[in-house]
This record gives sequence, structure tokens and C-alpha cells, in this order.
Amino acid sequence: MFMAKIEVVMPQLGESLTEGTIVKWHKKPGDKVRRDETLLEISTDKVDSEIPSPVSGVVTRLLFDEQKTVAVRTVIAEIETEGSETVLASAPPEAPSVSPPAIKPFTFTRPPSPPRVPAPPSGRFYSPLVLNIAREGGISMPELEQIPGSGEGGRVSKKDILAYVEARKKGAPTPGAAPSVAPAAASTIPSAPRIEAGLRHIDSGELTKKYPPPQYEILQMSNLLQKMSEHMVRSVHTSPHVQAVHECDMSKVDAIRRNHADGFEKREGFKLTFMPFICDAAVKALQQFPLVNSSIEGDKIILKKFVGLGIAVASENGLIVPVIKNAEEKNFVGLARTVNDLATRTRSKRLLPTDIEGGTFTVTNYGVFGTMVGIPIINQPQVAILGIGVVKKRPVVINASEGGAIAIRSIAYLTLSFDHRIVDGALGGSFLATIVKHLENFDENQIV
Amino acid sequence: MTYLEAISEGLREEMRRDTSVILLGEDIGTYGGAFKVTKGFIEEFGEGRVIDTVLGEAAIIGAATGAAIAGMRPVAEMQFADFVTNGFNQLVNVSAKYYYRNFIPVPMVVRLPSGGGMHGGPFHSTNPEAWFFHVPGLKLVAPSTPYDAKGLIKAAVRDPNPVLYFEHKYLYRHLKSEIPDEDFIVPIGKADIKREGNEITVVTYSTGVHWALDAAVAMEKEGVTVEVVDLRTLLPLDKEAILNSVKKTGKALIVHEDTLTGGIGAEIAALISERAFQHLDAPIKRVASMDTPVPYAPTLEKYFLPNTEKVLMALRELAAY
Repeated sequence: MFMAKIEVVMPQLGESLTEGTIVKWHKKPGDKVRRDETLLEISTDKVDSEIPSPVSGVVTRLLFDEQKTVAVRTVIAEIETEGSETVLASAPPEAPSVSPPAIKPFTFTRPPSPPRVPAPPSGRFYSPLVLNIAREGGISMPELEQIPGSGEGGRVSKKDILAYVEARKKGAPTPGAAPSVAPAAASTIPSAPRIEAGLRHIDSGELTKKYPPPQYEILQMSNLLQKMSEHMVRSVHTSPHVQAVHECDMSKVDAIRRNHADGFEKREGFKLTFMPFICDAAVKALQQFPLVNSSIEGDKIILKKFVGLGIAVASENGLIVPVIKNAEEKNFVGLARTVNDLATRTRSKRLLPTDIEGGTFTVTNYGVFGTMVGIPIINQPQVAILGIGVVKKRPVVINASEGGAIAIRSIAYLTLSFDHRIVDGALGGSFLATIVKHLENFDENQIV
Repeated sequence: MTYLEAISEGLREEMRRDTSVILLGEDIGTYGGAFKVTKGFIEEFGEGRVIDTVLGEAAIIGAATGAAIAGMRPVAEMQFADFVTNGFNQLVNVSAKYYYRNFIPVPMVVRLPSGGGMHGGPFHSTNPEAWFFHVPGLKLVAPSTPYDAKGLIKAAVRDPNPVLYFEHKYLYRHLKSEIPDEDFIVPIGKADIKREGNEITVVTYSTGVHWALDAAVAMEKEGVTVEVVDLRTLLPLDKEAILNSVKKTGKALIVHEDTLTGGIGAEIAALISERAFQHLDAPIKRVASMDTPVPYAPTLEKYFLPNTEKVLMALRELAAY
């Protein structure tokens, strides 16, 4: 027959009660007890109560005498049951006096203490910050003890230790820097592998060890690269990018550019490029489709009432996007001058911080590298970017409606990457078509 | 625009914007309020929205709570912050807990003209913010400038929780500045760096900001730059702003006009030592009023209150540490 031992615990009769007093035992060891028969009476701060037996069986032990006060959940008695009674014992859910078998008595074990910083032999006080900087800078306690302090009572201040670390980095002689001052590992600050590595005794055998020539080089990313990296990742995560590519016949613009090349350069002092033509077309299209000249904030669309036309410029440091401010107020020559000024100052590193602020739309001309079709990433928080492919002579069908003929034309592929959260294919396509139309029918009178 | 006018203007704009915004308080109607914050309001919005109440804060706050539960956006004025104690039970047991029990928001504002420096004596000069700082379910704001005063009263009216708005009586007419005309709010829960610095952080709010800023100017002449963090919102605390600044400077001074023991500064000091201990290069210091009721005699009141000189002395101690 299956036997089981049931532990009876001091029940918690109120949510704020922590203990109870055993007033009277109704059973003594060896007595039989039926389930729900009164086993004992207890008294607490709030109530006095009779406690029924959780199971039927034989009382084997009473662990506390009457009038003893015991913490709740302490085992106070044991009952031996027979057979299926064990199942019953845990059945009534409101029976708080059965100790749940899964819960073992708590034993508190202290978590291992973190390694202690050895007390400074001098008894000098070091602030948490100073100890932290020392640990990070690989400065041992004996070395720290050598640093003169300018703080209260000769304390080493943040300023003192930072100056010391800085000087040490530059290789200036510093007190106590020699490894011989701190040879013992015990006197270094624990949990700082770099310190120990620095002070470790080097086996002479290691010096002759041959290492293979390095297969790679580790470069620190410049600020500009880090910013570009962060921005590009954020942009791709923020905007669902969709692209439209249109073919654009640049023959007329090319012809205008050639016709005016000499006169323009003489008058303005710089070469007439494709860029102002594209900027001009972009500004006009943005005014026609203001939603492309906007940004998104939460569930709001911010329509910009001005055009800040960003021009992606490759410099030796990386990609920079200066902005033509109020581009909608400028005529063709004004645009050309601003493009030239921004590009020149980008390359000569004379841009001001304000030159790269306030963009509402961006143009990137990767055609100069021979790229035919590019897929640019949006310059956040803008919602679209125009990419210009290389202008190249190609055989194309012209006058298609009149039977058609094949002619050699200057063709470029323009790509619009747009944010499909608010710009759909219809708007993106129409916007790009407007730019193409403007370029293919460029009004020569605008140049002068 | 003065600090007082900024509060007034903010309230007026919110009342024009949203007809569910109503005002309750003692003598706020025809009389225009003890400090004239609501002057002209009854003429513009009528008795139905600018309600003169009985002299009983429990009734005012209770009625405001009920109105908020029913869907209005009441703004209750305590004539002096000191008197809020009469409505304490309504605030901490009803307004603050209501949403937790019933899932019905209580979008109300209680305006508390607080603080000393004007010889108002022990019953008209209290800064009672710490009593409520301990109450989950409330939000506490304490602007230091006209801009923040306007932006925070508007944010408080729009907030779905009970917001206690501590407006400092000394700043009412002592501060004046340009405020943009357009509709703006100052977000609740965001501190503001009023001055940047590298060596010492001052965490403060309300009048403390001005003592700290004056002391920071003096410290700069002594070669020490001080960063002034204006909490603006006391509950919920902008912990990140406090910790970021202290991690940068390594030294922290907490300044408030409320008395020292058990004040908001104690919680901030605990926060810093729990979460920025490794960055501390000096003990955290506090400058606050002395642990007595606000004295009536002007000389004693001056002795009792913090001021620029006391802040400066604490900053010098920290700088030299």
C-alpha cells in the first residue's frame, strides 16, 4: 500500500499576517485524523481559527508545543496517509495548510561578492569615478598612489587622473609608470585584464615567435563615415523605397550647353554643366508636386513651402550633401552659381554647418562616374531623391508617330527613389515625367 | 510677457481651443483670482466655464475629479498651494487612483501658487510638491520661465492624467520674456538643459533654476563651467537627462526651494548614487530650505530660503573637492 507523509504548515490567515500562535492541539502523535477534522486552533493578530486537517491519516509528529508563535509556512505537524489519500491531500485548493511539495524550504546563499579593489596602502580616498578611470586606463593601485592630487586633502580629482592618463598615452614620463614599481599581480586592480596584460612577465621565448603577416588592416571609421553609415541604415529602415526609371533625351540640353559654353564661362568664370539644368527642372517639378517636397512626422505630413535642393557631392572625405537654399527663388544662372559655389567649397572643405541644413529634396549625379542607372537611398527626412545617370549617345527611335526613324541622341536614365509611405507610383512617375519633359523642352532663353 | 501672463495666456488658448476645459476656484470669476491669473475670463467664457466655488479645497478638487471622470477637462485653482492639504484625500485617494481601478482617465489640472520670498508666512509660502511626489498616478510640473509656464500649462490641460501645476508666486511678476505666438506645448516628462557646462551639474527646478544660473555665471569667472538641468517635470522624473549630465560632469548639486529632508532632492540623490555611482567624483550635495515652517519675519525668511550665494558656496566646495 502506498504511504505518504504530508507536512502541515502554519497557514496565512490574512494577507498582512506573518505569524500565528498555536493555541491548542486537538490531536496528539499516533491519533487518527479525518480530512477536515479540526487538527488545531491558532490565534493571530486578526483572528482565532480552527484549522482542519488537510488529509485523512495518522498524526506522526507535532513540531511545536501549544502557546508557541510560529512564522507562517513553517511546518508544524506531519501526517502519514495511506493510498489515494495523497491525491486528496493536495486537492482542495483553499487548503493553505498543505505545504506544496514543489516548494522547498528556502536557504539563502550569498551571491559571490565582486572582486574587491584593494585598499590603497596610503589610505588616500579615491572617488568611484577616479577608480573607474584608473581601471579603464589600465592604471594599477601603486601607480595611482603616485599621482599627485589637487583636490581636497590631496585627493586625486577627475581632472588629475584624466590629465595623467592623457600624458601617459602621449608617452610622457609619469610617476610610477614603470612596470617594476608594480610587479605583483595582487597589487593591481582586479577584473582588468588589460592591466595584467601590460604588467605580465614576458617569457623570452615569446619574443622569437613568428607571426604570419597580417591579412587585414583595421581602420577607424571617420565621423563622416559613421554618420553616413547610420543615416543610410536608418533611411532604409524608415522608408519603403520604390524606384522609377525614365529615359531622358538630353540632346537639346546638350546642344544648349555647347552653344553657350564659351560665353557662359567667360561671363561667370566657371564651366556650364548639366547640373543646373537638372536642378532647374527638379525645382519646377517640386513646385508642381508639393507632396514630393515634404517630410513625415508620425501621422503628419510636413509640406515645405520652400525648396532646399540638396546636391550630393563626392569629396575626398566622403559624401556630403550641401543645400541650395530657397532654390525656388533662383533663376537658372542663380542655380548654376550656387551649385558651383557649393561644389567648390565642399571640395576645398570650406562648407559652413548651415550649408548642409534645410534640404527638402536631393539630386545625386552618379553619371559622372559612368553609372548608367543608379538606385539612390533617400536622404532622410526627405521623401524622394533624384539620381542622374551618364549622358551617352545612343541609337533611338524618333518621330515614332510618323513611321519612325533611328537617330543618334544623347540619352540619360533618371531614377527617382521615393518613399512609398506617401508617394505612390502614380505621383512618383508623374513627377519624374515632368522633369524629363522640362529637360527635353528646355527653354534656351533661360540661360541668359 | 510675464510668467503670470504666460499661464493666463496658456489657459485662455486652451479654453478657446477646447470647450470641455473649465475652471474652478475661489474668487476666480468676477474677482479674477487672488493673483489675477483668470482676470477677464468670466467675461469671455461665462459663468458656466469659469466657476466660483465655495471656500473648500476638498469640494473644488472633488468636483474637478468628478467633472474629469465625466469627460470635462477641469483646471482647479488653489488660492495658495498651502491650502491643497484640505483636498489631499481627493487627490491622492481618488484622482490619482481612479484610472488604475476603473480604466477611466481623470484629465484634470490643479494649479498651485507656491513658494516664499514675499513674506507670506507659514501658511502662504509652502512648496508642497514633495507630498505628492510620492503618489503614483499623479504628474507634477514646476516651470521656471514664462515659456515653460505657458507650454506646460497647455500640456497639462491636454494630458489625460491628473497634473499638479506648481506655479511660483515670486516668479509671477519678476520674470518677463518673449514667447512665440504660435500654439506650442512643453512636453511633460522632459527636462531642459538651461546652461551647458562640464565640471558640475546642478539639478533643479522653479526658482532654483535662477539661483543656479546666476551662480553658474559667477563660477565661470572662476574657471569652472556648471551645467544647469531644469527638471520642469518632477513626476515622472526625466532620469536620463539627470544621469547623462552627471555622467558627463562627475559632480552633482541638487537645489530646491522646498525644505531639505525628504524633499525631491533626496530621490534624485538616490537615483544618481544607484545609477551613476561609478561616475561620481564627489559626494552629491543639496541646497534647500531649512527644515522649519517658512518664517514670517523677512530676515528669518531670507536666512531660511536658498539663494544664489548659498548655491555658489556649495558649487565652490564641489569645485575644490
